[in-house]
Amino acid sequence: MSLREQNLLLSRKLAVVALGMFGFGFALVPFYNQICAALGIGNLESPAQVVNTQVDHTRTVTIELDSNAHNLPWRFKPLVSHVTVRPGELTTVEYEVINVREAPVTGQAVPSYGPQRAGEYFQKLECFCFQQQTLAPGEVRRMPVTFVVDPRLPKDLNTIAVSYTFFEVAGRGGKS
Amino acid sequence: MSAVVHDHGHAHDHHDHHGGYSGLMRWVTTTNHKDIGTMYLWFSFIMFLVGGIMALVIRAELFSPGLQVVDPDFFNQMTTMHGLIMVFGAIMPAFVGFANWQIPMMIGAPDMAFARLNNWSFWLLPFAATLLVLSFFMPGGAPGVGWTLYAPLTVQMGIGMDLTIFAVHILGMSSILGSINIITTILNMRAPGMTLMRMPLFVWTWLITAYLLVAAMPVLAGAVTMTLTDRHFGTSFFNAAGGGDPVLYQHIFWFFGHPEVYIIALPAFGVVSQVIPAFSRKPLFGYASMVYATSAIAILSFIVWAHHMYTVGMPVTGQLFFMYATTLIAVPTGVKVFNWVATMWKGSLTFETPMLFALGFLFLFTLGGFTGLVLSLVPVDIQLHDTYYVVAHFHYVMVAGALFSAFAGVYFWLPKWTGKMYDETLGKIHFWLTLIFFNMIFFVQHFLGLAGMPRRIPDYPLMFETWNKISSIGAFGFGLSQLLLLYIVIKCIRSGEPAPQKPWEGADSLEWTHLPTPAPYHSFETQPVIK
Repeated sequence: MSLREQNLLLSRKLAVVALGMFGFGFALVPFYNQICAALGIGNLESPAQVVNTQVDHTRTVTIELDSNAHNLPWRFKPLVSHVTVRPGELTTVEYEVINVREAPVTGQAVPSYGPQRAGEYFQKLECFCFQQQTLAPGEVRRMPVTFVVDPRLPKDLNTIAVSYTFFEVAGRGGKS
Repeated sequence: MSAVVHDHGHAHDHHDHHGGYSGLMRWVTTTNHKDIGTMYLWFSFIMFLVGGIMALVIRAELFSPGLQVVDPDFFNQMTTMHGLIMVFGAIMPAFVGFANWQIPMMIGAPDMAFARLNNWSFWLLPFAATLLVLSFFMPGGAPGVGWTLYAPLTVQMGIGMDLTIFAVHILGMSSILGSINIITTILNMRAPGMTLMRMPLFVWTWLITAYLLVAAMPVLAGAVTMTLTDRHFGTSFFNAAGGGDPVLYQHIFWFFGHPEVYIIALPAFGVVSQVIPAFSRKPLFGYASMVYATSAIAILSFIVWAHHMYTVGMPVTGQLFFMYATTLIAVPTGVKVFNWVATMWKGSLTFETPMLFALGFLFLFTLGGFTGLVLSLVPVDIQLHDTYYVVAHFHYVMVAGALFSAFAGVYFWLPKWTGKMYDETLGKIHFWLTLIFFNMIFFVQHFLGLAGMPRRIPDYPLMFETWNKISSIGAFGFGLSQLLLLYIVIKCIRSGEPAPQKPWEGADSLEWTHLPTPAPYHSFETQPVIK
């Protein structure tokens, strides 16, 4: 093989590597999602699997409920501002959302917890944050969150703030 | 074509037969590795001055607490573009310039494997630099997001961001094409007798760096492409509301970003590995271990990226993994530092300007490495992340490291390139001014970081004022000192003393032993046989 042919052959292999690494960059997206799911990190979408909860009668935990709508023409609030529960006890609270825009809007709620470490003990069996929500113009909707506070909640944690922020899902314009 | 070998029977004077063109078109159309190397070096110096002026704007604002010189938005644009221009416009092209000039001569090859591709790789750069500078004049100005271009802020920027994304694509393309050229040249075109383990270490470091570039740069291209589609085409890679995650951007970016800093460092190691043995009049100590250590650094660089992300909410197990992997990189790096010192041990040392810069590198890069080790420790980094301690660290390794090494290389090889000697007294003055002002700028920034001053802020509490004043004064001194380098280079080219064929007694690579000084326009058209 002449030098020219050798050079072209090697350069083609290297070009393939470069293209492959470009694809690898995009492949990192599903990798990341799967690794996070496997490690249970930042799990927005799936309900917690809760089995066999014994209610802990020795203590109570106050759940403070907060709501925000980020750049979204929705009025969003919890029906009660706080609720007192026992660890292990199944509880349902409701949030109300009103679409004040004249067009359908799709939003996604994202929860966050105060303190942050309390999040792993706040186990949601049903939540409007698991799916995107589409509201018709002027629609009023009541949405439940069913949860259990894990009895393994550290003893020094007696209040958990649960805050939902609704974001508009761009480009959806009412389609789910 | 570079692959054609003909025997001229006499050396060409480097003034004639420049591909048939003269004037500007010679430079536009040249496929000669020496011409292209020269263009890369001049381009990088111009970008160094542009990026330097941006740094001076930053330091002028930070001279006093309060907002005096620029508004905060423009300040953010300055910090962003200073970083992008210095990394992609100055330091990387400078070492590509060295690669172009030196690699063919050091392996006994007539030119690079793909001479025309080489021309294109260079000319992409001024085009990309223009896009970057143009972004300042767009509505909204240049992006003010930090050189790391984190989402979601980048998704909210104006059209200057899109220009920057395209510039990054083009810069990446140039690097990837250049790297393919370098790897092919080194693997296929060495002179007979020059096995891989007989190559000068500078060539080895560029071989490894080129592989890093081919692997890492496309990942950056992916990251900025995803930013582009999030901005304009309805995707949600980094948007939590659409099911994405801003932290994902950081993972993708730093997967590129960490190999990137070794892409900057490794050629610098290579230059120093040429200079120190030459001025010690002793062969490099531990050649094979230097090759293995460089390879180890390159491989390890792919598994440490999240040490830039300790504070994103990563589980402790993840933090620990990245911490252990990062501290591991200190081992092969230490091997290299010890080998450079061992090279000097019982050598016959003289301290001309190239050696002064190489020694400055040795001491100050090691200091920067130590602060990197400090930052690699998770509990420490939680405090120091995004403070001036980090700024001090990376400027020690990139300025006192890579830039000093580039200066050493310029002084070392100027005689070979031009046939003239630079003014040694002025060179020494340039070294001492650069050394003193560099430390004035950045040593005190360690204190600022430890005291809690965050980075990327235009205004700060009064308690940080003193160190900031010292740092800013140092910055202006440093900037002015670099004009001296410009004067030295131009004076050398125009009216330097003619250089002897081998001005550096201890230099022993092919360009010094087998080629006249200055090197002829076409060299090694017949490849030497290395015994």
